[in-house]
Amino acid sequence: MDHRTNYVQNIRSGLSVLVYPLQYIVNAPADISGWVSESFSSRGTLLTENENLRTQNQLLKAQLQKLTFIESENINLRNLLQSSKRVGERILIGELLAVSLDPFKRQVVLDKGNANDELYAGQPLLDAQGVMGKLVHVNPFTSTALLITDPNHVLPVQVSRNGLRTIAIGTGNDDRLEILHLPNNADIKVGDLLVTSGLGCVFPAGYPAAKITEVTINTSLPFAQIYAEPIAKLDRSREVLLVWPSAENRPAMQTPCVQATSEEQP
Amino acid sequence: MKFMEHRGGGIIILSFILALSLTIIPLPNMIEGLRPEFVSLTLIYWCMALPNRIGLGSAWTAGIFLDVMRDTLLGQHALALTLVAFFILQLHQRIRVFPLWQQAISIGVMILIQIALVLWIKGIMSEKADFWVALLPVLTTSLFWPPTFLLMRYLRRYYQVS
Repeated sequence: MDHRTNYVQNIRSGLSVLVYPLQYIVNAPADISGWVSESFSSRGTLLTENENLRTQNQLLKAQLQKLTFIESENINLRNLLQSSKRVGERILIGELLAVSLDPFKRQVVLDKGNANDELYAGQPLLDAQGVMGKLVHVNPFTSTALLITDPNHVLPVQVSRNGLRTIAIGTGNDDRLEILHLPNNADIKVGDLLVTSGLGCVFPAGYPAAKITEVTINTSLPFAQIYAEPIAKLDRSREVLLVWPSAENRPAMQTPCVQATSEEQP
Repeated sequence: MKFMEHRGGGIIILSFILALSLTIIPLPNMIEGLRPEFVSLTLIYWCMALPNRIGLGSAWTAGIFLDVMRDTLLGQHALALTLVAFFILQLHQRIRVFPLWQQAISIGVMILIQIALVLWIKGIMSEKADFWVALLPVLTTSLFWPPTFLLMRYLRRYYQVS
């Protein structure tokens, strides 16, 4: 019942509120140790860190200048082509709780729930580098997300170099995704960047997802064996970004996306 | 029997809360798969010590909370723990007189049943799990039984839980 319908989701949400204090307490040592190491770090470390951040900020700003120009150019070109223009997405920053879950699933717990923000099951989750996963259960104060490396997670991607569309399936290892059903003569090679294709209507298009690490061509098999490494730091990120994909950014398709905001995507 | 007083309910609830928090404390990836089933240990102890008080209902409740905390299918641990509690209630008089190491082996068998049931449900839902890796907690839970038993018995006697 639970895995096909949403009837018991309310019960789960209710119980999760009871469980939340426990998760909070278990998470507390990690929080406190972070706070302690921050407040007791020496002036020198802080200064170097500040310096590094400033340099990085400058670099990012410089890149952003270019990006604004490119974006406006892109909008103009798209206007010329009379196709819909792409707009920015709404983003919320969340933090992961240091609690562990079912050891056989790749899941994380976030400190954001639908009590304060309008999160929904199926919402994409990113970190600063790339795609992390999507929310599966949204409770009042916490929510659970399935990572892209979970064996039950399938991510529609395309090769950024040539637009070749494919899907990436999790393997259960934090540093490995499998690319299925690509023929032996597909134009894909080690080092290629995979970005989300936006098909499937869950993830917005164009976010970096993985990098190809291994391509084995075995002519006795019908498909090439291809593996990729997620770009997001799945086991290290503490801060994550929740995205509300905007309707304008969806790819044009024969059957338009049914908005997946309320429906759970298994 | 009618006049027997129940005491120390707080200790029982507290022990379950402690077991639940031990279940979600993050461990290094290396030993994550070895985590003993703390909730089952607590449940088995109380079922053996106070079979007229802790039974299937408590087992089911603990299991539902475990499901919510681990974010698994609602009811899979509840079912497994209820089954374990049922076996313990049937066998508690026999297991009670075993020496500790034999008790540990019996507890291992119970955990084996629990994990097999959970894996079976996972299999029905086509969630992949490595069977032999999944059985590692059987070993660690058995190893944790003697210290848990001694600690819990001390607590039960100290607070006169009955």
